[in-house]
Amino acid sequence: MPETAGDMQKKEAETPETGERTRACRIYSPQVDIIERQEEIVVIADMPGVDEKSIDITLEKNVLTIYGRVDFEAPKDHRPVLSEYGIGDYQRVFTLSDEVDRDKIQASVKNGVLKLVMPKAESAKTRKIPIKAEGIGGMMNLKLSNA
Amino acid sequence: MLWSDRFFDTMRELEGMSRALRRFDVPSTVEFPATNVWMSDDDAVVTTEIPGIDPDALEISVVKDSLTLRCSRQAEEMKEGETYHRRERWNGQFTKTLRLPFAVESGKVEARFSKGVLAIILPRAEAEKPRKISVKSE
Repeated sequence: MPETAGDMQKKEAETPETGERTRACRIYSPQVDIIERQEEIVVIADMPGVDEKSIDITLEKNVLTIYGRVDFEAPKDHRPVLSEYGIGDYQRVFTLSDEVDRDKIQASVKNGVLKLVMPKAESAKTRKIPIKAEGIGGMMNLKLSNA
Repeated sequence: MLWSDRFFDTMRELEGMSRALRRFDVPSTVEFPATNVWMSDDDAVVTTEIPGIDPDALEISVVKDSLTLRCSRQAEEMKEGETYHRRERWNGQFTKTLRLPFAVESGKVEARFSKGVLAIILPRAEAEKPRKISVKSE
């Protein structure tokens, strides 16, 4: 979680590896939460100014790219007097591991927040090996020998 | 004393410039959420990015020349066995007060929340609007 107000500020994205863009605007790196659940991995990204029409999610090999286009118009006949945040597009790139079932990825946008639900692949779910705990007797032996 | 005259002229100019800048200064109390302000002769437009909040729980209040925003955002509910890999998004409660350079007609304030961006239009109070004074020639 961000600790200071500075951590909550928008951060400009590093130059994308794909090269320069033709659209001349700033690109910001959206802040994300990534949560691992039993069955899925959830990515939540703050992308204010973006809706379902202006968001582009691509998965190429194992590289997931989130791109959000922001169309902004300054109020007419107004002059800016305070500017604490910048406005621009969003981009963030993640490398996925094999455990995601690529065909079942779901994305939704609400109030400028993108939610990506990536179900884990069957193989990843079954790969877990249950570990049994030893009997209490063994534990007691350990305690005694320590003392 | 040509030199000193010019010097004081420059000083006066600089002072005038800084005064002009100060006139439109909109001091805010806290850094979060970041706001942008635009102004015209009739109103001010304040925008801020607060994605994911519940617009019904957002409180906007205007008293004379100050605007106060109050809102909160809850973290995702976590069940057992769920873990964060990354946690960068903000949550919690915030209050921010902005001071505008004019009194606001509080009955006519409009606010729109779309795609996580809040825009508030604050009309200048009628009594505070700049008035043109015509000059009569004798």
